[in-house]
Amino acid sequence: MRVEMHMDKLAEPSAETPKPAGIAEAVKRLLGMRETGLIAIILVLFVVMSFASPYFLTWVNMRAMAMAFAVEGIVVVGMTILLISGGIDLSVGSVTALAMVIAGLLFLAGVDPWTASAVSILACTGIGAVMGFFVTRIGLHHFIVSLAVMVIARGACLLGTGGRPLGLYTLPPEFKFIGQGAIGVIPVVIVIFLVVVVAFDFMLRRTTLFRKVFYTGSNEKAAAYSGIRTKKVVFLTTTLCSALCGVAGVIYMARFGSAQPTFGIGMELNVIAAAVIGGASLKGGSGTIFGAILGAILLSVVSSSLALLDVSVYWQDIIRGSILLTAVTVDHFINKKRQQAA
Amino acid sequence: MEQTPILKIDKVSKSFGPVQALRSVDFDLLPGEIHAIAGENGAGKSTLMNIIDGILQPDEGRIFFRGEAVEIASPAVAQRLGIGFVHQEIALCPDVSVAENICMGATATSRSLLMDYKDIDTRARAALRELSDISPAALVRDLSISQQQLVEIAKALTLDCQVLILDEPTAALTEKEAQILFGIMRRLADRGISIIYISHRMVEIFENCDRVSVFRDGQYITTRDVADITPSDVVAAMVGRVIDTLYPDKQAAHERSDEVILEIRDLTEAARFRNVSFDLRRGEILGLAGLIGAGRSEIARGICRLEGKVTGEVRLNGKPIDIRHYRDSIDQGIVYLSEDRKGDGVFLDMSIASNIAALAVEQVATRLGIVDDSREADQAVRLGQSLGLKCGHIRQPASALSGGNQQKVAIAKMLSVGPKVIFLDEPTRGVDVGAKAEIHRILRDLARQGVGIFVISSELPELIGLCDRVLVLREGEISGEVTGDAMTEENIMYLASIEQEREQTA
Repeated sequence: MRVEMHMDKLAEPSAETPKPAGIAEAVKRLLGMRETGLIAIILVLFVVMSFASPYFLTWVNMRAMAMAFAVEGIVVVGMTILLISGGIDLSVGSVTALAMVIAGLLFLAGVDPWTASAVSILACTGIGAVMGFFVTRIGLHHFIVSLAVMVIARGACLLGTGGRPLGLYTLPPEFKFIGQGAIGVIPVVIVIFLVVVVAFDFMLRRTTLFRKVFYTGSNEKAAAYSGIRTKKVVFLTTTLCSALCGVAGVIYMARFGSAQPTFGIGMELNVIAAAVIGGASLKGGSGTIFGAILGAILLSVVSSSLALLDVSVYWQDIIRGSILLTAVTVDHFINKKRQQAA
Repeated sequence: MEQTPILKIDKVSKSFGPVQALRSVDFDLLPGEIHAIAGENGAGKSTLMNIIDGILQPDEGRIFFRGEAVEIASPAVAQRLGIGFVHQEIALCPDVSVAENICMGATATSRSLLMDYKDIDTRARAALRELSDISPAALVRDLSISQQQLVEIAKALTLDCQVLILDEPTAALTEKEAQILFGIMRRLADRGISIIYISHRMVEIFENCDRVSVFRDGQYITTRDVADITPSDVVAAMVGRVIDTLYPDKQAAHERSDEVILEIRDLTEAARFRNVSFDLRRGEILGLAGLIGAGRSEIARGICRLEGKVTGEVRLNGKPIDIRHYRDSIDQGIVYLSEDRKGDGVFLDMSIASNIAALAVEQVATRLGIVDDSREADQAVRLGQSLGLKCGHIRQPASALSGGNQQKVAIAKMLSVGPKVIFLDEPTRGVDVGAKAEIHRILRDLARQGVGIFVISSELPELIGLCDRVLVLREGEISGEVTGDAMTEENIMYLASIEQEREQTA
């Protein structure tokens, strides 16, 4: 009897029963998205700057800005995914530098640059795996583990090079092509960057593997209670972030034709800032690659604008820090409002 | 004899968004009385208590303390007035000593630069003396739940309060500890301290309180002397309707089956439970009762391998199965619904559809592991409708839903994998009466369809009303089983705390 009554209710879905999201809802969501706001801010900056400086909207300047964030953008991808899973990595700058140094030293020892690069990327992946081990098996916090690795990796860079940059003048041109060449008018660096971004953005949005990254970061216990092997997920995102640092390091080497042991100091701040401005939460569970890249673009446009306006370099850090603080403050209030509405 | 109430609530209302939690509520508390508050979840008890303690501010109405209108803007103001509140949830610092926890209020307002550990120790000893033999130097995290509850009570006692609010203090206590607490409550009342006592247990109310006030759906219903009223009157006032309709029909005699879905033999986990064996039969709802800390959830989580190192045998439909990780358990069709919905049941910031898909994302994805949004949405709509889920649309975040609907999302998540056995831990905690009845009916429907349903609950009326059979757990061992007419609160409580009874009579 009761079951039948229940079935009746089943047959006629009321206005309140679940339904797929409609178009109006989609538009509302689009307007409410972080990415939309960031694009607007970047466009406004473009317009203002094109009036303020005649050099701003030139091909040379655009290319320089794109080059400035493209390689770091690869690290931003790794960091964003790691942040979504609930982790953080302070060692990205050091590990990127270490990637250059390892590949550079191997090349100077006579290994061909491609093999040297592959070994170097593998080594960085190994560093990530070690961090992942300490976090997931030993149970330490990402912050502390990556802080330690940041110092260790930097120390290894200095130890390996004696503190001096390695000049790699004999790098073959086909290897330098990665960092310095262009396909048509588009620099190879930017092509690689776009491929990485598009690939990971798609995977993050659509694959079951990365969906589990969101579940884990959103609520690790609920994820575990849904049968997700959360430790594996965190291990994977930690390792991936370091591996992408390795890729970035190798590209930097090709671009500069040298390996610099002091490269990338302070990079973690830039990278984390970009991801957070782009909507990634330090608590995990939210963030998009697209948003994080827009965050990186915004920071890059601001830096470039300040340089064109002859603002002292010292001011730039202060302004960058302030932008980060503003972004997270705004975010905090939006979230609070949303929670109250719910 | 007409006494001036120490605390008087006059036509207080409070809404949260569109939900009216309190509607023009009256309440008064006399000096030196123990005043019980009865009402179902969602009746407005907690909201009223939070207003008295200054955690929430009323939208309308006034509060009088000792005859004067007061504005209780914060818990600090309440403390200054002499109102102490022992919350149901334990809110102690686990890494700090018992003594420091007890004196935290005094430390917070102390003007001294340095900690006076000697003074803290003396005060803590004084507060604990009457209650328990817990060492003031022990760390809170090393205590059992019931000991922590006693520390909470001791903490309130140090505040020199005139009004003491106790929110279900006995939920985690053994019978013996509860009796000690009642003794203390009476002594405090004799000293002129007024106590507001919130409890679901009629026996406790009628044995230990002077008056009882009943609330229902945010409204004040009545206040009566305990001597002038019977427990069934109180229950009728609380529910506002005949209680039988709250629960779906039980399994009929002809529906009974000997077919065992899940067989558990000698399940043991060193510290927490031992030699647990039971059969879950086709078509029945099996309940598990026991005091908090008896190991109820641990058994369910142990079977699913969510935690602990468990030994023993698990047979599903007659075949022994080997579960290493919860993933294996899900793949075998044995799922667990967590007691802590907000903590680990739902992903609050993710969409309803993604929540429902979480147990097996692969199900709504292509072979290459690409999530198919429309399949995910279809699954959510299908399961949501079958459970009567009320929501705007399935891409809303789960945080937008009410407690009852969140619980339906969590249940939909379980059903998405077509489970053979579902363990439900406190399935209706914190959901309103209507949703509760709906969830009960859903569980009965599932049982009829042949899904093994195992329900863990602290609410005895729920177990008695819903289950066909109830196992009782005491300190990690099954102490008995009740079924049919033997399923009474008294029998279950007796089995749950029998050791204490024996100690007392010995």
